[in-house]
Amino acid sequence: MQVNSPNFKAKAEAALTDPQLREALGKTRIMFVNKRAELAAALPEFEHLRDEARDRKNHILAHLDHYLERFDEAVTRAGGKVHWCADAAEARRVILDICRRVEAKSITKGKSMVSEEIGLNEALEAEGYRVLETDLGEYIIQLAHEPPSHIIAPAAHKTQEQVADLFHAAHGGPRKTTVAELVTEARLVLRDEYFRADVGITGGNFLVAETGSTVIVTNEGNGDLTQTLARVHIVTSGIERIVPTLEDVSLFLRILARSATGQETETYTTFSTGPRRPGDPDGPEEFHVVLVDNGRSGMLGGPFQDMLRCIRCGACMNHCPVYGAVGGHAYGWVYPGPMGAVLTPLFVGLDATRDLPNACTLNGRCQSVCPVRIPLPELLRELRHQQHQQGLRPPAERRALATWRFVAERPRLYQFANRVAARALKGLGGDAGRLRSLPFAEGWTAFRDLPAPEGLTFLELWQARHPGKR
Amino acid sequence: MPDSRDTILARIRAGLGRGPLPAAAGAALDARPAHTRIAFDDDLTERFITKLCSRAGSVNRLASLSEVPAAVDAYGEAHGLPPRAAVARPLAGLPWPAGLARHEGPAGKDEILSVTACLAGIAETGSILLASGPDSPTTLNFVPDHHLVVLLASQLVPDFEAAWAHLRALPGGMPRTVNIVSGPSRTGDVGLTLQLGAHGPRSLHVLLVGGDT
Amino acid sequence: MPTDNATRPRVGLFATCLMNLFRPNVGFAAARLLEDAGCSVEVPQAQTCCGQPGYNSGDFEAARALARQLIEVFEGYDYVVGPSGSCMATLRHDYPKLLADDPAWRARAEALAAKSHELLSFLTDVRGVRSVPTRYAGTVTYHDSCSSMRGLGVEAQPRLLLGSVAGLSLAEMADREVCCGFGGSFCVKYPAISGRLAGDKTAAVAASGADTLLGGDLGCLLHLAGKLRRDGQPVKIFHTAEVLAGMADGPGIGGEA
Repeated sequence: MQVNSPNFKAKAEAALTDPQLREALGKTRIMFVNKRAELAAALPEFEHLRDEARDRKNHILAHLDHYLERFDEAVTRAGGKVHWCADAAEARRVILDICRRVEAKSITKGKSMVSEEIGLNEALEAEGYRVLETDLGEYIIQLAHEPPSHIIAPAAHKTQEQVADLFHAAHGGPRKTTVAELVTEARLVLRDEYFRADVGITGGNFLVAETGSTVIVTNEGNGDLTQTLARVHIVTSGIERIVPTLEDVSLFLRILARSATGQETETYTTFSTGPRRPGDPDGPEEFHVVLVDNGRSGMLGGPFQDMLRCIRCGACMNHCPVYGAVGGHAYGWVYPGPMGAVLTPLFVGLDATRDLPNACTLNGRCQSVCPVRIPLPELLRELRHQQHQQGLRPPAERRALATWRFVAERPRLYQFANRVAARALKGLGGDAGRLRSLPFAEGWTAFRDLPAPEGLTFLELWQARHPGKR
Repeated sequence: MPDSRDTILARIRAGLGRGPLPAAAGAALDARPAHTRIAFDDDLTERFITKLCSRAGSVNRLASLSEVPAAVDAYGEAHGLPPRAAVARPLAGLPWPAGLARHEGPAGKDEILSVTACLAGIAETGSILLASGPDSPTTLNFVPDHHLVVLLASQLVPDFEAAWAHLRALPGGMPRTVNIVSGPSRTGDVGLTLQLGAHGPRSLHVLLVGGDT
Repeated sequence: MPTDNATRPRVGLFATCLMNLFRPNVGFAAARLLEDAGCSVEVPQAQTCCGQPGYNSGDFEAARALARQLIEVFEGYDYVVGPSGSCMATLRHDYPKLLADDPAWRARAEALAAKSHELLSFLTDVRGVRSVPTRYAGTVTYHDSCSSMRGLGVEAQPRLLLGSVAGLSLAEMADREVCCGFGGSFCVKYPAISGRLAGDKTAAVAASGADTLLGGDLGCLLHLAGKLRRDGQPVKIFHTAEVLAGMADGPGIGGEA
């Protein structure tokens, strides 16, 4: 997928003035935030489960090679095949090869963020394959020719009215308007496609080393229809999604749905273990797992290893004030919000993503809801550190920082500078006690006044009132 | 070109700052952990019903298996459905009315109603555990508008961990497809408004057989 | 409260950059509250900034330099107390991380962190203050800064003390766990986003029906005061310490509406 992150600021500012986007984003709070809070409060074990999940993920990452090898053996035993892919290009190539070999014409897809990450749809379409997204949200944005704006609710930026327009244009017939009518229309359109598909591609929430199973967790049932009715089932998943045993699946299931959609469980949790077996009346004839590294192994052992714990629940973006104000598209690539602001620079490079780690108030709410306790603000700060070290910050910012440091390291100069500033700003503020505009501080005064100082600094006043004291 | 499997494993080990793990470490790593389970002291049946109904599923309690056909019939009538159903093979021996057109195969595109058995009911979340097999087509769980599941009260288990034990006890080991189903299909993708019946069944109805009422 | 000089803990008052420049009254209010709580208060003149602007901008080296400087200035005190969750979280949480790999400084950073406190949590949790003998006529709403609430767990303490102020009633605003959009340099790097978040917050302030907005961090308060004044909203703005110390009789932050 194309990287549009350098346009963050322009896209964010455009998003801020889009009333439909504001309406759509306003609903994520009601849909996700409140329900998560209710469920977290209702489950006494919840905080402990988060600790356990964090610790278990750390254990898994520390032994990732072992569990991946175990998984490969188990998939092979079940008659499936694991394709280890070092990067996105290799993953695309492997999937294209399978599609060619089985002479696929029609491909259905369940929701997979990894397939977005590796640019799969574009690659398949460029080779002439018909690719249809079946997750309703993915289907909506495919009709709109847009990337997802949320990792679990890809069309979170679309209002009901916008969906009605898209469906009307794509399906013809009378324009449907109610949610029930719109969902039914998509259900009927997609139903034929599942039965026609040669290849069904899904993601994988978990890969179980013990059994060689891939697991998807969904609400719509589209992923199940995709993988059950196609001749060939291909799973795309990142290497970090491995878990050792079924017991680990239950651990993560207990935090995933609560964190993601504020439900005790999602509607469907489906384990796929190999292809159709002798006597099976349905199911795919081939089962492939495309295991994608694409930069993940490089995060092990470094300052960003914690990010590999991510279970892609989306709670961080649901609770992020910046995401809530500008939506997911401003982030410019596959993964938006706090987790995306960490992952995108690591996957596509620091240079093209300079805004992402900085467009954050470090308010910590993402970390406070992360089910696996990823210290997202700390990781964003570390990315800022790397930007700073690599000279990727704007010259004006570097000069300002250097000046600030120079002054702050010299207490007398610091006090003098503050005294001058206090007097000057008080003068500019006049009787109102505030400034409506200030040269070189338009960043502040464009959207708010600047309260004026009282005229003397605290340190000088204190010294004047306590002449004997320090 | 080096094999990507070797490349990835080498990168992982480089990141972790070690070589391959000794073979002897394997058994300990593969041991099943005992994670925290969710504590509850409600009666299994009661909790199962409450949780499933909270997720828009419905439950009809029956005294014996022989009542299943009549219950299916009544369900079809109440919903104005045509008298046909996909009935999974394990239930074929029940006294089905002659007027009901039945088949045992996978679901066709226009399948309206299926009746299936299941492996277990999970009280923790009010979920049904289903496994694929020669007598149990997975399409029956997803294609029809109405999915009716026959669950024996004796099949109720408290939590996921007990369900895993069931799966491990199966003669063929882990089935090809295992579905944990918690209510009818749903979506929030249009206007972030919850709507039932997205792609899978619009209705999940459990015929709970036996147990104290 | 012990009043004997020998048992009075010596508190070094950290004059945060924003307080020093914009709102000295908050510093005097903090000093009064600390003295009333039985502490002897000193304000070392050699202090400057805690280094947080550098830390949050990725200039860890600058942040380390200022951390070492601040440790030297303050480590002789029994406690370091400041009227800001944000700065004090830097001392408490970030200094030990910043200096973790520096054998000469690590222990000093940890020792300083252990005795550094945000003002209101120090008063209540360390000094056991449960009430203040002051009066404020008005309905206030309290803004939880993210660094106070999530960073330091300061949430109940200000409410406890405000509850003891005669004449004051507290009207909580909606979404109080949501950031106001200040975010340090974020507010000038991304002013449009920051302005939107400020607008959401000031709408919540207005909806609470309060006539006064209080908070424990001047960054948020200057930002919100600027937004309230720009929009012509008549809400008064004070630092919590000013009200608790009975020093909220002058014009609030940002002047009169």
